[in-house]
Amino acid sequence: MIRITLVMALRQIRRNTLRSFLTMLGIVIGVGAVIALVTIGEGATAKVTADIGKLGNNLLIVSPGGSRRSSGFSQANGFTKEDVDAIRRDVTGAEKVAPTVGRQALAVWGNRNWRTSVTGTTAEYLDVRAYEVTQGRPFSETEINAGQPLCILGASVKKELFADSPAVGESIRVDKLSCEVVGVLAAKGQSGMGQDQDDVVLLPLRAVQRRLVGSNDVSSIFVTAAENRSTTRIKEQIEDLLRERRQIAAGAEDDFNVRDMAEIAQTVTSATGALTALLGAIAAVSLLVGGIGIMNIMLVNVTERTREIGIRLAIGAMAREVLLQFLVEAVVLAMIGGLMGIGFGLAGSYAATRALGVPFVVDPKILIIAFLFSALVGVMFGYLPAHKAARLNPIEALRHE
Amino acid sequence: MTAVAPDTDHPVVEFQGVYKIYGEGDTEVRALDGVDMRIARGEFVAIMGSSGSGKSTAMNIIGCLDAPTRGQYLFRGVDVGSLDADQRALLRRHYVGFVFQGYNLLARTTALENVELPLVYRRVPARERHDRGMEALVAVGLADRADHTPAELSGGQQQRVAIARALVTNPSLLLADEPTGNLDSARKHEIMELLVRLNHERGITIAMVTHEPDMGVYVSRVVMFKDGRITDQGKPADVEYAGPISKRPLSARGQA
Repeated sequence: MIRITLVMALRQIRRNTLRSFLTMLGIVIGVGAVIALVTIGEGATAKVTADIGKLGNNLLIVSPGGSRRSSGFSQANGFTKEDVDAIRRDVTGAEKVAPTVGRQALAVWGNRNWRTSVTGTTAEYLDVRAYEVTQGRPFSETEINAGQPLCILGASVKKELFADSPAVGESIRVDKLSCEVVGVLAAKGQSGMGQDQDDVVLLPLRAVQRRLVGSNDVSSIFVTAAENRSTTRIKEQIEDLLRERRQIAAGAEDDFNVRDMAEIAQTVTSATGALTALLGAIAAVSLLVGGIGIMNIMLVNVTERTREIGIRLAIGAMAREVLLQFLVEAVVLAMIGGLMGIGFGLAGSYAATRALGVPFVVDPKILIIAFLFSALVGVMFGYLPAHKAARLNPIEALRHE
Repeated sequence: MTAVAPDTDHPVVEFQGVYKIYGEGDTEVRALDGVDMRIARGEFVAIMGSSGSGKSTAMNIIGCLDAPTRGQYLFRGVDVGSLDADQRALLRRHYVGFVFQGYNLLARTTALENVELPLVYRRVPARERHDRGMEALVAVGLADRADHTPAELSGGQQQRVAIARALVTNPSLLLADEPTGNLDSARKHEIMELLVRLNHERGITIAMVTHEPDMGVYVSRVVMFKDGRITDQGKPADVEYAGPISKRPLSARGQA
């Protein structure tokens, strides 16, 4: 009976193609909007996550200052070379440890200048931040230890100062320090938080400490976890170690903090995820409107087909069979609309993700949910007209003109 | 769900003091006012009367579309008054075939599909449905029109499709409500001859409602209704046809 009812419903829908299409248009648009918005949102989330991932999911950043900005002494001490060595030596699971000291500085070459962020660090920093030297070479161990005035330019800085002319071998000035360009980094693009990761100049740590900052402090330490090592465990170890070394009394607040990129990634992802859900929910409202469209046409349908209902009742259809027939028609309409909406939504979001430069990520779950939801809308809004059809009196229905 | 009916030894139709009353008090209308009537198996009965005589109400009750207000209607021995709407639907599904004045075929549906429709509700498998549908169309002489929709058929052909639809389930009772009302005189007689043939050859019990006295000559018995009561019944030749239209020859009247 279900099969023949389905066949009858499909036949009825085909019999009036234009009207059927207009009936399901609301569902098509509703499902399409949900799919498109969610897919675009997921794409954006995937991009943000990937960008943060580029920074290293196994990355920990140790910086001075409490996690909560307490009033008064906000200027916490930096770290020392010994702190860095202690982390290298004592923290198990730490793979690479890169001390950094940074400040804003003006880079000058010829008549061009560019304000950028200067980072003094060690060779490990390139690995930790996944920077790649495309032109020239990285610093050597001896150059780092000696703190020679050499620099590696981020792609943006290279472009601003040198445009298309070669930079390697040239001498630039960073504030008052004159240094030779030995390498240029490959472009990394914006970070998940919207910073230009290519707007940097790297120098040996000691060069920056001595000649630009004038202190031997290390301002932050980048630590990567070895593969399969929990960043949480490493974080705990670093915290214990530094509390001891910085002689922080039990119960007192840390004057430094260790940030875990995995945590940050999670925060950002959940924020974009919430936004996606919100957009999807707004789009889902249009699905309800589509359902009302179906109800509207189905009510007209029942009135138009009163005689047919009368005939069916006369030849022995039970009320619930008539109800089922009209309900199935509404649900089939809604489901066809849902499928078309999925098609349009995917096509639209494919175009949009291409245009926005975010990955096209399709979550099959959302397709199934949207499809089931459209079927549910069909049931909800098809019931009233179907009920009306089933309640007709056969004698009056047969007499209906 | 099997049929609600017990015994086939009962008359197909048996009215015992049936009343159908609409409204109450001053506005009360007695569409049927104490009717006793029987239709035995194999009979071809014409229920006649002018409009408002109660014949249509009687028809609806005979066809189990409606239940009496008072009195008993036994259909094949089953008290229809005690059944709910679903059970009456089952009775119609299994034992009653309907033919209407306005044909009442499903539009934009082929003749064969129309004929198959009652079998759909009987859960007959597709293959058997097709065979029985074709067989019924052969019986009414329309096998070559199986693929035509009602719009592609003449009135007489549509009515024959409707008869095939009523026939396809081998009903205990074929109810025809003014089956010739919309047809010209040549078609009227074709349809009547078809019904007579089905009655004779297949032994199908037929109850026909009509206000056209000329159709009375085809049946085995005429029941005259007036004001909700039976005023006369018997062989066509013995019944006095009342009403102004009855004495005029068929050809002199306009279309109904």
